[in-house]
Amino acid sequence: MSNAPALKDWPLWEVFVRSKQGLEHKHCGSLHASDSAHALQMARDVYTRRQEGVSIWVVPSHLIAASDPGEKDQLFEPASDKIYRHPTFYEIPDEVGHM
Amino acid sequence: MTTLNAQRPTLNQAAPTAYLLHLADNALILGQRNAEWCGHAPILEEDMAMANNSLDLIGQARLLYQHAAERLAGDVRAPRGASWPAGAITEDTLAYFRDVPDFRNYTLLELPHSPPLVPAGVGDRDWSVTIARNFLYSALMVLVWERLRQSADSQLAAIAAKSLKEARYHLRHARDWLVRLGDGTAESQRRAQAALDWLLPFTDEFWTASTHEAQARDNATGVDVAALRADWDALVNEAIAEATLTRPAAVQGYVSQGKQGLHSEHLGYVLAEMQSLARAHPGATW
Repeated sequence: MSNAPALKDWPLWEVFVRSKQGLEHKHCGSLHASDSAHALQMARDVYTRRQEGVSIWVVPSHLIAASDPGEKDQLFEPASDKIYRHPTFYEIPDEVGHM
Repeated sequence: MTTLNAQRPTLNQAAPTAYLLHLADNALILGQRNAEWCGHAPILEEDMAMANNSLDLIGQARLLYQHAAERLAGDVRAPRGASWPAGAITEDTLAYFRDVPDFRNYTLLELPHSPPLVPAGVGDRDWSVTIARNFLYSALMVLVWERLRQSADSQLAAIAAKSLKEARYHLRHARDWLVRLGDGTAESQRRAQAALDWLLPFTDEFWTASTHEAQARDNATGVDVAALRADWDALVNEAIAEATLTRPAAVQGYVSQGKQGLHSEHLGYVLAEMQSLARAHPGATW
């Protein structure tokens, strides 16, 4: 790549791609772009060229509020000994599809 | 447009092979040119975008060459280059073993990615030239492929239906960038304007008559490109206005004739790079 000062000025966007109808959008990466239309266009070329998707969302990274990694003990560990919360004690009918 | 069925003859007509080669050569030469950005584009995302664009164009060229090769295979009068491998005419012989005067692409598409009077090395490539050319060409091809979906040559109609989707995205990509560059910084606007000033005169070639286009139009396999001029002007003028650029005044000067086989000095270099491997190792596979 040649000298690319533009990246410093372009905000970061998180890219979410829906692989097919009925499934949810999944986070697949991020990119720098000047605005949402630009971000969508680049996400199309970078993240869907192997038929990965039928729909794309882009979200400005700074608008995503994230949990603090330092708090993961108090947030997530209390759930680790409560296996009865997992729906593993009955079978899901095929008709239910993706859960 | 008038109704589809009224225009479409019941018999499946054959598009003139020279017309198919014109469409194929356009796609191949611009595909080859745009592929020069591979590994060198301003940013990684656009590197991939330009490679995608090239692969779309080369894919279109393959389908058209295959179609033309089928037609030419049984024709003993079909032209063969001096170093043409013995035997069949295939998509590969059409792409790799024809010489400059055999190519029927618009001159616009063989020009380097650098402005006039600037060397054409890797570091001299100007993104705004690439964008302006892709914009001017894809604006035309969206209109051409739309019409060719109704071609009396059913194979060509099928290729048009596939290519139209790709051309619409190419137009969207190039138009978007043209507006960003024109309505961007003083430097990007200066470059975008220079690219337009340089390239627009080459689009005059779109509207001139050629024998193969006239034949294709007359047997309803091709499109009358001159009739698309008003629609193309509207697409171009609207984008130029949105980009806060100025359309250079029309000048009655030399009109390029690449589609007639009369090319600029640049096509020879493009072909040398593109064809040398196939000519050094005819029939090689990998």
